[in-house]
Amino acid sequence: MAILANKGSRIIVQGITGSEGSFHASQCLEYGGNVVGGVTPGKGGQTALEGAVPVFNSCAEARTETGANVSLIFVPPAFAADAIMEAAAAGIELIVCITEGIPIAQMVEVKAFVEKTGSRFIGPNCPGILTPDEAKVGIMPGFIAQKGSVGVISKSGTLTYEAVHQLCSEGLGQSTCIGIGGDPIIGTTMKELLEMFEADPETEAIVMIGEIGGSMEIEAAQYARENVSKPIIGFIAGQTAPPGRRMGHAGAIVSGADESAAAKKKLMAECGIHVVESPAEIGRTVKAVLQ
Amino acid sequence: MKIHEYQAKELLKRYGIPIQDGVTIVDPAQADAAVDQVNKELGAGQYVIKAQVHAGGRGKGGGVKFSTDRASALENIRNILGMTLVTHQTGAEGRLVKKVMVAQALDIKQEFYAAITLDRTKGMDVFMVSSEGGVEIEEVARTSPEKIVKEAVLPGFGLRSFQARNLVLALGLEGEAARQAVGMFQKLYTLYRELDCSIVEINPLVVTEQGDLIALDAKINFDDNALYLHPDVAEMRDLDEEDPAEVEAGKYNLNYIKLDGTVGCMVNGAGLAMSTMDIIKQRGGSPANFLDVGGGANVETVKNGFRIILSDENVKAVLINIFGGIVRCDRIANGIIEAVKELDLNVPVVVRLAGTNADIAKELLANSGVSIISADSFEDAANKVVEAAGS
Repeated sequence: MAILANKGSRIIVQGITGSEGSFHASQCLEYGGNVVGGVTPGKGGQTALEGAVPVFNSCAEARTETGANVSLIFVPPAFAADAIMEAAAAGIELIVCITEGIPIAQMVEVKAFVEKTGSRFIGPNCPGILTPDEAKVGIMPGFIAQKGSVGVISKSGTLTYEAVHQLCSEGLGQSTCIGIGGDPIIGTTMKELLEMFEADPETEAIVMIGEIGGSMEIEAAQYARENVSKPIIGFIAGQTAPPGRRMGHAGAIVSGADESAAAKKKLMAECGIHVVESPAEIGRTVKAVLQ
Repeated sequence: MKIHEYQAKELLKRYGIPIQDGVTIVDPAQADAAVDQVNKELGAGQYVIKAQVHAGGRGKGGGVKFSTDRASALENIRNILGMTLVTHQTGAEGRLVKKVMVAQALDIKQEFYAAITLDRTKGMDVFMVSSEGGVEIEEVARTSPEKIVKEAVLPGFGLRSFQARNLVLALGLEGEAARQAVGMFQKLYTLYRELDCSIVEINPLVVTEQGDLIALDAKINFDDNALYLHPDVAEMRDLDEEDPAEVEAGKYNLNYIKLDGTVGCMVNGAGLAMSTMDIIKQRGGSPANFLDVGGGANVETVKNGFRIILSDENVKAVLINIFGGIVRCDRIANGIIEAVKELDLNVPVVVRLAGTNADIAKELLANSGVSIISADSFEDAANKVVEAAGS
């Protein structure tokens, strides 16, 4: 089962002929993911990944020819908003955009557009999805994860790897790991993923890694109080971040008192989430909660 | 990216929005000419001298002075230009004032607040107004949130006339000022959207005794992701207002923010970098900086990272925390060894490498002969670096 991505995912890579796109597409293929093609406008008819997959001019064409239901996007920031909308318009069910640096106003319009089409959208500026032993749709290093029953949701990249690493050290595998991205506007929120993990029979506990800025963790926690029966272990990065400064991610900025790490952790705890104080305690806390 | 008030006003002017105008100068020797120009061109007999720094609360900090005549205007210019202005946003060290705006003083009848920013939760821009102008909006939001009226802008549709009218009605404006305000609000949103702003704030927006609607102050910030679309805006960046080490880091695509602690941090990824700062604090230390070396960390990034961290004299120890996913830890280890040898470091360096080829990396560090404290886990690394920093 797991969520979002599995053995049945048929993946196309938009921007497959670029250096990032071709490198990561081959990594996804190597992991066992079913990469069925790529899209680069103007390069239709060529092949990519050393002849392994065909390249198409458009998402619509790629979907018709390959039956793709997932698109992974590595298109440069100036063209990424268009690429996401193209995938959504072509009826791709799951769209994952890795690209960092897309103008926020463009993402506002993209989000509204994608919602109209019914596609599920993850990102942008994220590491994507990894369902251990089944499919990798993104850039997470596959070897760090192992199959199991902990669902992982995170705004971060390497901090997700750290959490997964800690889980494996405790002998806890993962059902699916999702990096949702740290931009102010993202496709799929923590709350929506909690809902999916709650419905997934393979998932027994959920790790939710947030950071300063925005109110997504708060909404997720309030939703969880009423609707999620599985234990949630939460961490918020940025307790020491000064207000008003953007900490790397475009969205990681404290612009009001309720966007601070302390405020988020307090509310999460009130909603029944097991809040981890130290980022080194994520794995151990999950283990303790599950015992 | 932030810009100064006088630059924000230039942009407002470009979009046909009436502003409190003036002349901005950098040198006291320009004071006479500036006052004369404001007097002749704008017909002003009274003046407001305004410090131009990237921080709010200028008035309370003594950076904005009203002058009833030419002599006091000149005196205020001399006092403000070159002063160290301390406000709630500058920190205790304050900010050196290098530019002042000599503006026309206006007879003010009413003050309002108007702003546009992104509502992240709704995924839409939101236009906010309040009848409580001239004060800090955070204070209004806390004490009387009902006095802030909002209109969300549907993506792709812009601020429609009826929405602008709703805002104007909420402010209780009537007659000529109301008519002006509807047009002004729509122009303001057009500016916000066309220039990819992250915030446009007019505080206060005033109605003069003559009945005209004027932007008395203006704050505009831009979405850094979109600056490539607006080279003229990008040119407005004032490096004098930024930390030199942060500017230097930006040249190497490193994301650095200086803090006031003693433990320097070099980390890949923003979330892990923030967590590293957090754990240092929890172990009784204090982080000297945030530094995200990004996804493509290599020998050069490690060297540049060291240089920038060590430009801060408060740094007593450095923690390198890298989780190698795509990046191979053995390459990072070689980068660290090379950098430590070349830069002749005189502070202890704690290194924690995890992920791809971490074992090979550990061996490389152990056999390198350079003095590095190796750590096995995130926790171990934090404990060791805090101890090394002696805090």
